[in-house]
Amino acid sequence: MKTVVVTSGKGGVGKTTTSASICTGLALRGFKTAVIDFDVGLRNLDLIMGCERRVVYDLINVVNKEANLHQALIKDKHCDNLFVLPASQTRDKDALTEEGVEEVLKGLEHQGFDYVVCDSPAGIERGAVLALTFADEAIVVTNPEVSSIRDSDRILGILQSKSRRAKEGREPVKEHLLVSRYSPKRVEEGEMLSYKDVQELLRVPLIGVIPESEIVLQASNQGTPAIHLTGSDVAEAYLDVVARFLGEERELRFVSYEKPSLLKRIFGGA
Amino acid sequence: MSWLSDLFGPKKPKSADLARERLTVVIARQRAENGPSPDFLPALQKDLIEVISKYVQVNPDDISVQLEKQDNYEALKVNIVLPEFTMR
Repeated sequence: MKTVVVTSGKGGVGKTTTSASICTGLALRGFKTAVIDFDVGLRNLDLIMGCERRVVYDLINVVNKEANLHQALIKDKHCDNLFVLPASQTRDKDALTEEGVEEVLKGLEHQGFDYVVCDSPAGIERGAVLALTFADEAIVVTNPEVSSIRDSDRILGILQSKSRRAKEGREPVKEHLLVSRYSPKRVEEGEMLSYKDVQELLRVPLIGVIPESEIVLQASNQGTPAIHLTGSDVAEAYLDVVARFLGEERELRFVSYEKPSLLKRIFGGA
Repeated sequence: MSWLSDLFGPKKPKSADLARERLTVVIARQRAENGPSPDFLPALQKDLIEVISKYVQVNPDDISVQLEKQDNYEALKVNIVLPEFTMR
């Protein structure tokens, strides 16, 4: 079983959107996948996955042995081999312990899961650290914007010092950079950092670029992971990300902007 | 007529360039601060002050010990400022 953390430091950059699409993508590829919301007190993954009305038990219930994994895991509405473990909405963050999380992960491994995706909360507090503690791989979601990039660098430092792999001196957590909310037009105009800039600053291999798009709001409105909105640039970009994650080569798409022709500029149009 | 000013106006620095410059500095500093932190540095600094004080009079503030990281190696930089009057 592989544990993947989706993290960023900064809030609102697209962690949950990414977690939802990555876990769905892995499940669509046939892997038995679980996605865990680590944002205790501010859960949202259930909404993005569209299973909020089916939440009975949560991560903390399982940690405290008030429910077993089988009772707490919610089967995804689209994929038979995808399960959601929601965060607790009421309890305080101290309820989550390292031992507790380790137990849950062991339980999932025992149940034959191939992948566990950990949706990290924002910040660098307990929940965020616990989400990355057991990671084998990390997807660092970054917007091409100064505060997001600095926070990503900070969380990379924490990955390299506080993960189990780091502490036990094993092979380090495999890091992937995912640039999201990308606008090729603004990059072309010199008003947004390019994905190459972001990658050079953070020095982490790029796993993909997700374009800024209204599709993401549409997806969250209806509680369907964006990767399901077939044909949209965001869905296609996430499908590419999942393919690259699985070791396939895919060319980057949706990263260049073509200036409208002179005629178009004079006579209007898109 | 923004295209006119595009053509003939002075070239304004693009904001993305500013962002890149600022981040380069901020991240370098952050990595220096948060890297695998050498816990021994304060102790080393203290010892150095003691040893050097045996021979010359120095102010604790005049000795700085820094670990600098380049791409593949780390450099321990010790900077000792000797007061002029103690020089022979």
